[in-house]
Amino acid sequence: MADFEPKISKDRFRPAEIDASKSEEINKPSLTFWQDAWMRVRKNKGALFSLIVMGIVVILALVGPLISGKEFDKQNVSHNNLPPKIQGLEHISWLPFDGVKVNKAGKEIDMYEVKKVDEYYWFGTDALGRDLFTRVWKGTQISLYIALLAATIDMIIGVAYGSISGYFGGRLDNVMQRITEILVGIPTMIVVILMILVLDPGIISITIALTITGWVGMARVVRAQTLKLKEQEFVLASKTLGNSDGKIISKHLLPNLAGVIIINTMFTIPNAVFFEAFLSFIGLGLQEPYASLGTLIDEGFKVLRLHPHEMIIPAVVISIIMITFNMLADGLRDALDPKMRD
Amino acid sequence: MENILEVKDLNISFHTFAGEVKAIRGVNFELKKGETLAIVGESGSGKSVTTKAIMKLLPPGNSEIKQGEILFDGKDLTKLTDRQMQKIRGKDISMIFQDPMTSLNPTMTVGKQIMEPLIKHQDMSKSAARERALQLLKLVGIPKPELRIKQYPHQFSGGMRQRVVIAIALACNPKVLIADEPTTALDVTIQAQILELMKDLQNKIDTSIIFITHDLGVVANVADRVAVMYGGKIVEIGTVDEVFYNPQHPYTWGLISSMPSLDAKEEELYAIPGTPPNLLNPPKGDAFAPRNEYAMQIDLEEQPPMFKVSDTHYAATWLLHPDAPKVEPPAAVKSRMRKFMGAK
Amino acid sequence: MAKYLLKRVLYMFLTLFIIASLTFFLMKIIPGTPFASANKLGPAQMEIMKAKYGLDQPVPVQYAIYIGNLLKGDLGISFQFNNTPVTDLMFKRLGPSMQLGAQAMLLGTIVGILLGIFAALRQNTWVDYSSTFVAVLGKSIPNFVFAGLLQYFVGVKLGWFPVLFWRGFEYTILPTIALSMLPIAIAARFMRTEMIEVLSSDYITLAKAKGASFFEIAFKHALRNALIPLVTVLGPLAISLMTGSLVIEKIFAIPGLGEQFVKSITVNDYPVIMGTTILFAALFVVIILVVDILYGIIDPRIRLSGGNK
Repeated sequence: MADFEPKISKDRFRPAEIDASKSEEINKPSLTFWQDAWMRVRKNKGALFSLIVMGIVVILALVGPLISGKEFDKQNVSHNNLPPKIQGLEHISWLPFDGVKVNKAGKEIDMYEVKKVDEYYWFGTDALGRDLFTRVWKGTQISLYIALLAATIDMIIGVAYGSISGYFGGRLDNVMQRITEILVGIPTMIVVILMILVLDPGIISITIALTITGWVGMARVVRAQTLKLKEQEFVLASKTLGNSDGKIISKHLLPNLAGVIIINTMFTIPNAVFFEAFLSFIGLGLQEPYASLGTLIDEGFKVLRLHPHEMIIPAVVISIIMITFNMLADGLRDALDPKMRD
Repeated sequence: MENILEVKDLNISFHTFAGEVKAIRGVNFELKKGETLAIVGESGSGKSVTTKAIMKLLPPGNSEIKQGEILFDGKDLTKLTDRQMQKIRGKDISMIFQDPMTSLNPTMTVGKQIMEPLIKHQDMSKSAARERALQLLKLVGIPKPELRIKQYPHQFSGGMRQRVVIAIALACNPKVLIADEPTTALDVTIQAQILELMKDLQNKIDTSIIFITHDLGVVANVADRVAVMYGGKIVEIGTVDEVFYNPQHPYTWGLISSMPSLDAKEEELYAIPGTPPNLLNPPKGDAFAPRNEYAMQIDLEEQPPMFKVSDTHYAATWLLHPDAPKVEPPAAVKSRMRKFMGAK
Repeated sequence: MAKYLLKRVLYMFLTLFIIASLTFFLMKIIPGTPFASANKLGPAQMEIMKAKYGLDQPVPVQYAIYIGNLLKGDLGISFQFNNTPVTDLMFKRLGPSMQLGAQAMLLGTIVGILLGIFAALRQNTWVDYSSTFVAVLGKSIPNFVFAGLLQYFVGVKLGWFPVLFWRGFEYTILPTIALSMLPIAIAARFMRTEMIEVLSSDYITLAKAKGASFFEIAFKHALRNALIPLVTVLGPLAISLMTGSLVIEKIFAIPGLGEQFVKSITVNDYPVIMGTTILFAALFVVIILVVDILYGIIDPRIRLSGGNK
């Protein structure tokens, strides 16, 4: 603690000129909610990487069947069960793209030579000689289509149901709540299986089966959030100003619900992909000649020991889709609502 | 009197995404045996960080003691390992936290939580620790200790929980007790009871107390000396009488004027204008200058040293420089000063 | 509490009743004959068969009989296995499914909890990242894909464990691992979040201030508090095991309920499908109820009136 020493010039003790407005200055650029969220997603390397990989998979699903030069349902029995072979990669010995199959005795056989095939089947062929590359991407297309459709329907029903139930409250909410309580009590798996038994398997019926109870989760989240929001001052203010219920829901509630809706939808998509594949695997999937990732895995599983590529390739694709969607959804959840972890 | 704890030129920074936050910037004080030192200041002034540093409870990942020493019993606590520190925590230095509702483990009986430090630090047997826990519960004024000792925290009210926390803190007769806003989360009537209890206990067991608060009323009630913190520094330190009746720092004036009082009819309740400094890049001069109506040019350029007012009273403001113009404290402070005098 | 319980139990029965009715009527509107495997039967024999299963009655009567029998615990007779009551079939199949489920639950929660704890204690280190990675894989890779790959690589290629049937403990290893992936993922993620939250709570700071060591903090103070909320995911865990058992039992040819269910779907054995559906649904609602009650009992902080978060 200093007793005092050096000389300080007198004029420094004159009153300071302080710009009063400066003390309240905000020295950080203000970000909108979405800019802030995007910054946080960008910082999450896993989520960003997932987004890129997911983009590649989606592009392949769209253009894959076109660039292979083959039809997804064209059978060529003489070319059946060929292992994968890709131009350029066929001579790299540690890559499994040389068209060589190892038989039970451990001997390597070039199946393309044996069957006298000049063409290249990038992912090989199935038991009927159909090109797997085309089928895998066609199947990815269908799996993603079902998942997106189911997620969209879930979102529409769930958001409508949840926001109406939460916003209007009272008796209506009570009745609607009882209904969801009972629906939640029914295991998804069972409803889905029963529905498929009734409605022969097909893209639409699988989608319907998935959405029958799928929307309940969304409805519950949206309702809880709406209940919280509608007590907040800006909603009360809007009400006081005489805005209609519809306007309040669409202008004030929905924008604030966007975060949870997006997060929930992002989790619904991989879930739907899984259930579609699950149904196919227990024999309730799409019918021939159509393929989804699930049916391809199911068919591949039957010949797993003889022709492992027929299962492993679609299995890898579905795993990539599931992983990227889950990681992106996690990243989005952390970014949009840091408090909503798990 | 003997110093039990000395903090010397303590500098602490937090590393955040935005950069280095200099939370504590050269804090010096000492705690004497048996005294109560109050540290007052607004949120973010660094009072809690200082005491957490004494306990070595700062988050290990992003906080760093840049400089300085914390001397306790001749040992520099900043140099101790975690394991050595564990032997001091709860035994020689213990702590009471702000919110009794959350500071007890909800799944452990109250008795177990009191017995834990006894068994750990004093090698007591379970039954001896239980006896001592019962004594402690009685000491802090919890009725029916035999029954209460087996109960879980949720069966206690807030005030009762804070008594339990105090019992835990006192279990091993610590030399230093740090109370971090122990009454802030409590009802006013309960606050008074807890303060009464703490004063009472300090008389019974000769402990030094560091009492952190932003409530000057509490300070006048319990403390022997007061340190006023602002922007990570101590701006004024002295005995309670000195700081209350002869405050020197404009920030202290502000604090005293903003204290509500029953007969403050002549003026509105004073609020210090502006906001606390951003310690991400602290101002070059006096951190309080932008909010200080008496600020001088030098306040913006250079940090004031500690000027001596009396042997026990120091303040860091250029107003105390012999060349500085003489200013009168604001009327509100003067009237309160008169009131204090009258009360005396 | 008693009132709440009564309400919950009533709901449970209502849910079960709705599922039973739904199952019944859905089965009625399914196209195709119920005796798909027996289409060699002549019309006369068909009539006899229909009479035997009560299918010649009008639907409302069939429904009344069905519900009545259900209340008596009679789920009808299998189409596929002549004269075998569905309950007997299911009872025989219950053992392997229960064992598989229990083993997977045990393995899944233990491994998951450990992964979650270590991830939380070593937050943002490689331990945390690898634990998170395992959890993402477990959550993402469909269990039948994982089971297939496990069977192929570990069972067939490496030959470490048998890959089919249910004839002793070593036969249970691969299916148990395959089935436990999702529980591991769920438990690990949940545990990590809870543990991190608990570790930053005030009472942990107080425990530190008392001089507790790292080990005491983690296992004496934090673990118990972090474990309690885990009860809430036991329900989803059990359900994931039920769903998983269908495909896992099919892949590993385990004579359990799931395998039988899948098989009866392919041969349209309606009584078995209905019976298994109702059994699964009953298990499901009971588990949810038990979990809810458990949560109310275990944690002194959570009172039913206070509501769950």
